[in-house]
Amino acid sequence: MLKHTLLVAGFLLLVGAAQAESLYGLGRAPTEQEIAAWDIAVGPAGEELPAGAGDVARGSSLFAMHCAACHGASGHEGPDDRLVGGHGSLNSSAPKKTIGSFWPYATTVFDYIRRAMPFPAPGSLSNDDVYALTAYLLHKNAVVVENFVANRESLPAVVMPNRDGFVIDPRPETFDQALTAP
Amino acid sequence: MLATVAGAVSAKAETKTVLDTTRMQGAPVSAYGVRSRFETVVRKLIGARYPSASGSFTPLAELDGVITPSALHYERHHGGVPEIDPGQHKLLVHGLVARERVFSMSDLRRFPATSRLLFLECSGNGWREWTGAGADNVAETHGLTSCSEWSGVSLATVLNECGLEPGATWLVAEGADGAAMTRSIPLDKCLDDVILAYAQNGEALRPAQGYPLRLIVPGWEGSISVKWVRRLKITDTPYYTREETSKYTDLLADGSAREFSFVMEAKSVITQPSGTQQLKGHGYHEIRGLAWSGRGRVTRVEVTTDNGASWRDAELISPALPLCHVRFRLPWHWHGEATAIASRCTDETGYVQPTRAALRALRGDESFYHYNAIQTWRIAADGQVSNA
Repeated sequence: MLKHTLLVAGFLLLVGAAQAESLYGLGRAPTEQEIAAWDIAVGPAGEELPAGAGDVARGSSLFAMHCAACHGASGHEGPDDRLVGGHGSLNSSAPKKTIGSFWPYATTVFDYIRRAMPFPAPGSLSNDDVYALTAYLLHKNAVVVENFVANRESLPAVVMPNRDGFVIDPRPETFDQALTAP
Repeated sequence: MLATVAGAVSAKAETKTVLDTTRMQGAPVSAYGVRSRFETVVRKLIGARYPSASGSFTPLAELDGVITPSALHYERHHGGVPEIDPGQHKLLVHGLVARERVFSMSDLRRFPATSRLLFLECSGNGWREWTGAGADNVAETHGLTSCSEWSGVSLATVLNECGLEPGATWLVAEGADGAAMTRSIPLDKCLDDVILAYAQNGEALRPAQGYPLRLIVPGWEGSISVKWVRRLKITDTPYYTREETSKYTDLLADGSAREFSFVMEAKSVITQPSGTQQLKGHGYHEIRGLAWSGRGRVTRVEVTTDNGASWRDAELISPALPLCHVRFRLPWHWHGEATAIASRCTDETGYVQPTRAALRALRGDESFYHYNAIQTWRIAADGQVSNA
């Protein structure tokens, strides 16, 4: 019994120590270069935004070259996701969820273009190009002025029109009992 | 010689004679099995301009039991299926940890292993059904859910190996696909029951299911179970990635949208008989279906065969596991009357699967995701089954 108790105590000590030190000794430390190459996700604070900058004019020509075929000449014609317009449409019967009408953070625009666009060649644009496209799309949505320059300081400071449009998931909901029989 | 004789016999009377398989040697042993050439069930592909950013439906009406064959598991990719050499694959864990680490696949396979039967459902499953009957058949109304045994290492084990630092509350998971698919997950969930999975139904993950490594986040919307996962960053905030803002948020009628709506709520569907099927004659039919809940165990499935006038409890086939597809069945005698059939399930929290009208009253018509209403199938007098 005493032996059993001691064993349990020893096990608990081991578990308690797991947070503080490695239990299995597996894996290796990454190099700084490894982390830097992959640490691309940009949160709203913009901490991971790289050096570089891009303006609306440059973004306009890049958009025509890399984006317009899928998103339309002005970003709202399609055929794929509409990126521009839709302001005030979210509570209508035909909501248009664009960058300007729906996206809560400008940092997400940079993040997504850099990781996933242009669709046929994701990750092929330079950071300056991505900044320029971000500036262009924000301007087309009337979120920033025409001489806006996107960079690591300016993007996190942009307040998107729908930043406060999101609510915490309230489920489970209470349903109207009168509507519960098919 | 035997084969020649058999061939001659079948050539003479091929419409009448059944090949006598007891009079010849069958096929030899094989290194990796394939299904019978008579079995032709396949996934229906979602039409899209870009087939690599699309999906495919599990053919629920043609399957039995609760395990989805790996080759028929639904797909939803955002940048195609990458071809990854497991010998080269790395998992980077960094951010708010005491020891940042790179793990190889062989490192991950050395950790204590775990296995669990779990459903995985795309939150867009049933998106065409919000405002009325949408798709014709149960594959396309409900086939973005599948169920597998997933094996791997508990994410909590790996995170504890790295040592979580004070203030760590979220984890940003990133895939090695062409979309570098990225989702933020609350750390509490990661430490509760999330699996870093390298195997599905006993063998290595299929490429379309994240080979060689993916997250499995039990009971939550499928897109958060990031496939081809290569990086986990421990943070003190969610990152509001495109896939958790522009997509995978639920727009309500007032124009606000629910964010981080993770749980897949209780849902059931009759798979037999179901849309586009034809009842073969009056008399006995077994009603069969599936039920599942992202909040735990399905405790009850009721079925109506008279368009909601009365409900009977269906039998839940053992083992009815939590967070797993549950098979239900109910005997039914059909006498040729036109009617409608439906199922509704209850889970261990007491949540009852709602009607379409009840869902729409709360969420409007543009929510797109998280549709889990009761599915009704209309039975015509001639036995034809259609979506109601």
